[in-house]
Amino acid sequence: MKQGSRFWAWLVFGVGTTYFVLPLLATFEFSLRKRRGEYSFDAYRSVFGDPNFQTTFTYSVVVAIFTILLGVLLVVPTAYWIRLRLPNLRPVIEFITLLPLVIPAIVIVFGYIRMFGSNSTLPFLATARGTDALLVIGYAVLALPYMYRAVDTGLRTIDVRTLTEAAQILGAGWTTIIARIILPNVLIAVLSGAFLSFAIVIGEFTMASLLNRPAFGPYLQNIGANSAYEPSALALISFAITWGCMSLIQILSRFAPRSANRPN
Amino acid sequence: MAEPFLSIQQVRKAFGATTVVQDFNLDVEPGEFVSFLGPSGCGKTTVLRMVAGFEEPSAGKIVVAGKDITRLKPNQRNVGMVFQAYALFPNLTVAQNIGFGLKVAGMPKADADRRVAEMLELIKLPQMGDRYPYQLSGGQQQRIALARAIAPKPKLLLLDEPLSALDAKVRVSLREEIRSIQKKLGITTVFVTHDQEEALSISDRIAVMYGGKAEQVGTPFEIYNRPATKFVANFVGTLNVLEGTVTDAASGKVRVNAQEISLQGKLNGSKSGDTLSLALRPEAISLGRHPGRDASLSGEITEVHFLGSVIRVRVGIGGSTVSLDTFNSPATPPPAVGEKAEISFSSGDMLVLH
Repeated sequence: MKQGSRFWAWLVFGVGTTYFVLPLLATFEFSLRKRRGEYSFDAYRSVFGDPNFQTTFTYSVVVAIFTILLGVLLVVPTAYWIRLRLPNLRPVIEFITLLPLVIPAIVIVFGYIRMFGSNSTLPFLATARGTDALLVIGYAVLALPYMYRAVDTGLRTIDVRTLTEAAQILGAGWTTIIARIILPNVLIAVLSGAFLSFAIVIGEFTMASLLNRPAFGPYLQNIGANSAYEPSALALISFAITWGCMSLIQILSRFAPRSANRPN
Repeated sequence: MAEPFLSIQQVRKAFGATTVVQDFNLDVEPGEFVSFLGPSGCGKTTVLRMVAGFEEPSAGKIVVAGKDITRLKPNQRNVGMVFQAYALFPNLTVAQNIGFGLKVAGMPKADADRRVAEMLELIKLPQMGDRYPYQLSGGQQQRIALARAIAPKPKLLLLDEPLSALDAKVRVSLREEIRSIQKKLGITTVFVTHDQEEALSISDRIAVMYGGKAEQVGTPFEIYNRPATKFVANFVGTLNVLEGTVTDAASGKVRVNAQEISLQGKLNGSKSGDTLSLALRPEAISLGRHPGRDASLSGEITEVHFLGSVIRVRVGIGGSTVSLDTFNSPATPPPAVGEKAEISFSSGDMLVLH
């Protein structure tokens, strides 16, 4: 009986792994075929040597950092306040933060273009910097479901109300409480949200393309349309970046501040 | 009489249609240790939270050292508080936790460090400064929380059931430590508890609360021996309640289970024929007749519980049962169930509950 259940467990594990790994292996194998008749890393060399790769990747990294900062500034105080004072509003806020998963990015970006065009009262699109800012705002919206959930889960592990009251009675104001007590205690959760945001921003195509910004997503699409082997190499590089982010979350979670409730 | 240091005047608190505290009045003298004692939901924590500033009174006034603090925010009140759940900041070391209030107040680092060291000495944990809260036991965490609360030299110390999360032994030693620190610093303290033994053992005065009101405010001796209401009598300590009928109001004669006792001067206007609830503490009753005990009742022993140093005996008197404690004496065997017994007491110790 035990032997049988173990067999099925391994079979399911094997099928799942094959389903996941096989396409990656195939892509990897294909990306090595640029030189005729032998395997080589020519496609990777060509990608890393392309100045457009470096500029678009750097651009996306900078945009990702600003997106994370905006996300943290927006989500941490909101999630904290909801937990502390407005717990009844939590389902509403959760629903709002889930909307970006339901509304396609193309709808959001068309809305932005109509709302913030050069003739509007907030002409974000009139300048390149303004458009960059709008892109950051758009990405913060796209990352909202992940960032909010990560922070909210982090807040669940601490006694928000008592810690807040303990800090208040010792003379602390709201800024001190959030910066010195709440944020450090949910830092790992914030970092999880930050890395998920990073992974989303790095590969995002629709918003960057329609706002005509030199981001990594449109570059990936352009290479895909014009080359044979480089897209496979880029796909694997993107995978590696995403996995790198996930691994960092895992590693950092080991250094989470420990509490009396969670001693180990 | 000295000016009260903390004055809670006609305070009321309602959450929607529910009134949880009504017309609460209390004056606390400088350096006094006052406990709010009562069952869950009696409003004791709500009053404390109003003093701390976490809840705003629906009506009334709270004055500390002559200053009306009713509408001040918690961080403007200069009040220290210890919470039931310790509430130490998990991301800060013990020293940083104790120094938190000092840093917020802008105290120079050298002075703050000195004060933190002083506090660690006071709570007898001088080597613990670099530890994190998760590395400490519950009792140690609560001592750190106490040190953190008193480090900024608050005007008033509020303790919200600080011992209820600890095990029995630690609870007793920590309550003694809290009292000794409070006396040493002379800080005016309000302590909330539902544990009567805790309240009786460390307070200068106790406010027994029920249904959002202070039923009685008095010293532990007064609360225990002269309960003002039926609730206080029942809530504090063990009480034997007997039904009695006034047979002669003028001479104070009352009949309990066909036996007459005299309660002269205690009937408070009761008329002949009235039914009264009469209460006696177990320690006020002796088994057998004793000199100086002017009243006695006969019954039969129904239960005997050996508790080590004392033996708790239950005596059936008519339809009622009376509990009494007698010291264990190795030379004398304990009374047996079914034996006829006479209990005696001083009529002065009998409480007439209204």
